[in-house]
Amino acid sequence: MSTTADGALRIKPTQLNTGVAVEIVDLNKWYGDFHVLRDINLKVLGGERIVICGPSGSGKSTVIRCINRLEEHQQGRIVVDGVELTNDLKKIDEVRREVGMVFQHFNLFPHLTVLENCSLAPIWVRKMPKREAEEIAQHYLKRVKIPEQAAKYPGQLSGGQQQRVAIARALCMNPKIMLFDEPTSALDPEMVKEVLDTMVGLAEDGMTMLVVTHEMGFARQVANRIVFMDTGQIIEANVPEEFFNHPQHERTKLFLSQILR
Amino acid sequence: MTMSEGDLAVAQIRFVSAATIEGRPAPASMTGAIGWLRANLLSTPFNIVLTILIVLLLAWVIPGLVKFLLIDAVWSGSDRDACREFVQKREIGACWPFVWERWSYFVYGSYPIPDRWRVDAFFAMLAVGVVWMLWLDAPRRSLGAAYFFLVLPISSFILLTGWQAIGLEPVDTVLWGGILVTIVVASVGIICSLPFGILLALGRRSRMPAVRLFSVIFIEFVRGVPLVTVLFMASVMLPLFVPEHLSPDKLVRALIGIALFASAYMAEVVRAGLQAIPKGQFEGAMAVGLSYSQMTRLIILPQALKVTIPNIVNTYIGLFKDTTLVFIVGIFDFLRTVEVARIDPKWAAPVTSTTGYAVAAVFYLIFCYAMSRYARAMEIRLGKGDRH
Repeated sequence: MSTTADGALRIKPTQLNTGVAVEIVDLNKWYGDFHVLRDINLKVLGGERIVICGPSGSGKSTVIRCINRLEEHQQGRIVVDGVELTNDLKKIDEVRREVGMVFQHFNLFPHLTVLENCSLAPIWVRKMPKREAEEIAQHYLKRVKIPEQAAKYPGQLSGGQQQRVAIARALCMNPKIMLFDEPTSALDPEMVKEVLDTMVGLAEDGMTMLVVTHEMGFARQVANRIVFMDTGQIIEANVPEEFFNHPQHERTKLFLSQILR
Repeated sequence: MTMSEGDLAVAQIRFVSAATIEGRPAPASMTGAIGWLRANLLSTPFNIVLTILIVLLLAWVIPGLVKFLLIDAVWSGSDRDACREFVQKREIGACWPFVWERWSYFVYGSYPIPDRWRVDAFFAMLAVGVVWMLWLDAPRRSLGAAYFFLVLPISSFILLTGWQAIGLEPVDTVLWGGILVTIVVASVGIICSLPFGILLALGRRSRMPAVRLFSVIFIEFVRGVPLVTVLFMASVMLPLFVPEHLSPDKLVRALIGIALFASAYMAEVVRAGLQAIPKGQFEGAMAVGLSYSQMTRLIILPQALKVTIPNIVNTYIGLFKDTTLVFIVGIFDFLRTVEVARIDPKWAAPVTSTTGYAVAAVFYLIFCYAMSRYARAMEIRLGKGDRH
């Protein structure tokens, strides 16, 4: 891993794709009467790694869940890899094919083996022959360092292993963008590192990533930009050094003082 | 040397494990027959009382049953005199010659005697299909499914109702009876109720209001009406609205009634299973790009049906016994043939009815218990992904 002295990955600006991976313009969302997302604007370039942090209830998970339409938005535009999300089911399917997601509680399919979990979507969504899909699944299981667990069921694995399977499952669809919704929050402390290491590896390969997390060490090391949210809006966004060393907004300062001790 | 207070404190606070402790076998009181007895029958005072009560109950029931069914039973004879205490001058148990003589009536009803091989052929074909489907490691199961859901219904229909063109005399369903009718009604109910029930359950959870409304109305209406009423409506009311030559056969009408009734119940059973699937499973499936039908078929239903197997089988067992209600619209199911036979003057004796009912009880018990055991085995087999 090539890192600078302060631990950040050394990615030169030229290594970023110039294309816009995700563009969110004036996004607003309500749950009933409750205004959860307020005027969100965010542009993510290809190859960029964004960490979204903030207190619980700030809407950070909701933002990334809007990007693959697990949540509907009421106002504003979301364009993912050139496709605008509307009620058009075809567009939604198109976006979901290109966007992988990793959940806090893994959401693996308990009735399928690890290998079946990974090869299912390539077979049914990409219409790939079973043999080929299984080869791809094995490849990514090797990459997340658990090829020997392929025949087991998710319930037989530890939390960290399950989360790595979930990452492999998403990668099997060869996504352009990966969304991580608090991927380490449900893990035992001993398991956190193995999952974060896998994510660092992904970042090194140039994957476009949006990560909701409380792991500030990871944010410092991997993110190009950190977005801080509170009460449904973006309070502050900046490169990691500036964000951690010179926070501008009072709310950001308070948040950082509480989580960095 | 005596320990000073300081030494004692140190001894209590500091501990470093010196060796890995190997696992040792459990004490004898936990294993073997005595361990089993202790764990299962005598674990608590309440359990001990229950065990004693059950032993007493069995001691009270079983000797009487054995005496009636075997020891005092009559094994041969040609009419009622063989089974009458008054004639035989001894205590009389079950009247088996009555069952031997009437057995073919119990199985076929009034199906024409020269054509009864057709019923036997149907039973054999059904048995092959059932084994093929229920034996999960059987070879070529997809072929088995095609046989079971396509070949079997069509060929059974032709075989049982007849088809002049291939030399099978038509047999009116009025003549059908006994185990034949019970099996036909139960299989149609069992086979139709699951797919329709699944569709109705999905419909009830649909986001499309029209689909949801239809499902809710159908389920609530059918569930809100007794099966007897459904059967009456199917067989008595329908001809009032439909001209006689257009209205379907009486047995078919009852079959439709039973299938609809069972579907409504099955829908609620399946819906309970769907309700039990965590939201994360839907999200996980959507996030990898599966469509609604793929998600339902590959992710949601397999899990939902697995958790509902006990309830599905419960519904099936209820349905199997409910088939006896078709007698109310004049169809001769197994229980009805027993009813008819037991009042036959030729065999009129005090024990005839009891014998007939005992046969009926054993028949229903065998089928229901088999379903229950199969479901249990299936649960254990499917439970293998559940270990946490």
